Amino acid sequence: MLQMLTRRRLLKATRQTLKLLVIVSTTFFGLLLITFLIGRVVPIDPVLAVVGDKASPEVYEKARLAMGLHLPLWQQFLIYINNVLHGDLGVSVLTAKPVTEDIRRVFPATIELAVTATCIGVLVGIPLGVFSAVKRDSFLDHVTRVIGLLGYSLPIFWLGLMALMVFYAQLDWLPGPGRVDVFYEDIVEPVTGIMIVDCIIAREWEIMRNAIWHVILPASLLGYYSMAYLSRMTRSFMIEQLRQEYILTARVKGVTEWKVIWVHALGNCAIPLITVVALSFGGLLEGSVLTETVFAWPGLGLYLTNSLLNADMNAVLGATIVVGSIFLGVNLLSDFLYKVADPRAR
Amino acid sequence: MKKLFLLGLILSFCCVQPTLAATPKDTLVMASKIDDIITLDPAEIFEFSGAEYAANTYDRLINYDVDNVSDIYGGIAESWEISEDGLTFTFKIRQGVTFASGNKLTADDVVFSLRRVIILDKSPAFILTQFGFTPENVEQTITKVDDYTVKVVIDKPYAPTFLLYCLTSTAGSVVDMKEVMAHETDGDLGYNWLKTAYAGSGPYMLKTWKPSEILNLEANPNYWNEPAKLKRVIIRHINESANQRLLLEKGDIDMARNLRPDDLKGLEGNKDVKVRKKAKGAIWYLGLNQKNEYLSKPQVRQALKYLIDYQGMEQTILNGKATIHQAFLPKGFLGALEETPFTLDVDKAKALLKEAGLENGFSVTMDTRNNEPTTSMALSIQSTFAQAGIKLEIIPGEGKQTLTKYRARNHDIYIGRWGPDYMDPHTNADTFARNPDNSDDAKSKPLAWRNAWDIPEMTKKADAAVLEKDTKKRAEMYLELQREHQQVSPFVIMFQDIEILAERANVEGFILGPSFDSNFYQYTTK
Repeated sequence: MLQMLTRRRLLKATRQTLKLLVIVSTTFFGLLLITFLIGRVVPIDPVLAVVGDKASPEVYEKARLAMGLHLPLWQQFLIYINNVLHGDLGVSVLTAKPVTEDIRRVFPATIELAVTATCIGVLVGIPLGVFSAVKRDSFLDHVTRVIGLLGYSLPIFWLGLMALMVFYAQLDWLPGPGRVDVFYEDIVEPVTGIMIVDCIIAREWEIMRNAIWHVILPASLLGYYSMAYLSRMTRSFMIEQLRQEYILTARVKGVTEWKVIWVHALGNCAIPLITVVALSFGGLLEGSVLTETVFAWPGLGLYLTNSLLNADMNAVLGATIVVGSIFLGVNLLSDFLYKVADPRAR
Repeated sequence: MKKLFLLGLILSFCCVQPTLAATPKDTLVMASKIDDIITLDPAEIFEFSGAEYAANTYDRLINYDVDNVSDIYGGIAESWEISEDGLTFTFKIRQGVTFASGNKLTADDVVFSLRRVIILDKSPAFILTQFGFTPENVEQTITKVDDYTVKVVIDKPYAPTFLLYCLTSTAGSVVDMKEVMAHETDGDLGYNWLKTAYAGSGPYMLKTWKPSEILNLEANPNYWNEPAKLKRVIIRHINESANQRLLLEKGDIDMARNLRPDDLKGLEGNKDVKVRKKAKGAIWYLGLNQKNEYLSKPQVRQALKYLIDYQGMEQTILNGKATIHQAFLPKGFLGALEETPFTLDVDKAKALLKEAGLENGFSVTMDTRNNEPTTSMALSIQSTFAQAGIKLEIIPGEGKQTLTKYRARNHDIYIGRWGPDYMDPHTNADTFARNPDNSDDAKSKPLAWRNAWDIPEMTKKADAAVLEKDTKKRAEMYLELQREHQQVSPFVIMFQDIEILAERANVEGFILGPSFDSNFYQYTTK
């Protein structure tokens, strides 16, 4: 009997895994197809990006053949898929280096920014949400709501420029754009690619302080957006939980109000919040495109913007695939965590 | 909990301390748009920022005086002799020059560098191949006579300065043969390596390049001439004009290279910052496609030239970043025509349109890059065209997108900016006033071709001008060519670019030349 049960479970697990694999690979294929097609449909001559406007017809033709653009579209797509599966995203026109190498170089900067931003979003957004749920319609609740609304509706590049204007230009509290002050660039040997960690490895405390200082503004700004989202979501989850009977039971039992709110109620919000945090992390990767441009932050977002503006299609497609894959990965992870945290979802 | 929150807030403010502004004494820190750099190989560089990089890190065979372009003097080629038939150039190579690597520079390096440009055949190769060099014949046409003499044989007896000016361009840079060949793979002449590396002898050498991020230069300790005054030059890519201005005002950078007129205005009265200007060779023009039934009428072409608010645009939109210029050779070039016969004159334009049978106007489109000042210029043109009943529809697009359309001759009107490739007048005559074959599959596709302007007669005149040996006579020929061109061509030439840079008051000696490959860092102090 017991054996039967385990086998059934095993079968179920295998089936689920297979289903997951099919979903992941179809999504990934779709991602590839769409990015590839967009890259070919745009009315931009990709050869132009390589040889420039003034190249002679011979040079132009040579480059066109070398890029395989004379082949039929389906053949180009097959070649592209084959290359991607071999981890080859092509060579970037802009940097003259393989796209994979470029992404490996710029991605840590984005991670640094997005992780810091998520921390800020979680550490500020969730408590704010809890407060406004507990003290509904209080002054704090209204303020939180306004902050949240602004976070949803203000364009990030505008807010970024304003933040620079206020905190850098006027008040002089925080440094300007860039990952460190310009003359500190290129001193620390990149090991992990994450500036702060690299500085610790190289024992460059002065530069580390400078780097921490530089990350505050862009990360707060990016974090503000996830904070706005998280506080709104937390608020509604909490209100939902606080209405439940177990809360009443706990209060009747004499559990302290603090424990009721922060342990019992928030504990039960944790499950849906995982998904929200995961989604907002994915959103941050997206939001980083504009934030990085405003703050001259050399990460994936800036890389994507520069490549787009220079019609560097290999780089654009490569970066899109990476961001897409991460989105996919984060979603899978949150599904998995969901199952771990909530037995009903197993 | 509230207390904890407050504590956290206070703690985070403690980390914040006032900035220590001011850049290091021995370093020039510059904010610029350098995302156009796609290669560091002088045989391939053809972009503004790339050309400036090469000018400061490599030595070229020949140089010109930045304040008087007609004054050509020796660089790596110390002197030269030209044979009587005008076909053979013998260059004496400067002795005692070493590369940054420590290798001695000899005739071998010069021959290698020139042949390499032609064999690799990248975008700027035409600057040399237009003299009849091919990968097959370079062994005979570009040769070493002895360790410090090089002989070059060209195909036609052009005006001698034509070749000399071409050698002042980036394609005339001398690369370190030993260093480059040490990195050769699959017979690529070191191309894949030099694309991101350095092998030159200039006052500065490359330390690091992170594309679209930073270009880091260091003084070359082996430089043969007066060493560079500052030890390091850091060029940081900052796209936003507003950001460049902020950094400059704060003293976090020494120089901002791409400020918009409104930001420049904001700097007025700031004693810590000064602004410098230099006319550059690029010109702004409208290209009128002759495949369009309206634009192909000579009266319409003429009328449109009277429907541009030259003064208005110069004073408002461009505000110091360009000056009115209406001929295809920019000021500073041999034979440049400085007459500006056209002003905004709606009545005259209307009369011309009536003559063409279009007194009720017509509709036409214009492909416009969606950046500034192009968009604002397009709007101004739209409103002045409307005064004569011409309905102009602006089609905005990303730079490469509009260019793709333009190159395929699918536009009506294209608003563009054209920079000369080298300092000889032939560079612009070649593209604005020559069109040897107007068929769709023509071999060469100059701007005249892109606008489908079939001009066998004018092509002959331009060809004659480049062969004229007498400089004075040659200048006359170009003047005459431009006068005719100005009236009849489908090009509405409007402005010539001015480069504006803003620098901290303590920065001195940065040389701004008439072209991006003549902006020099080596004498800069602070």
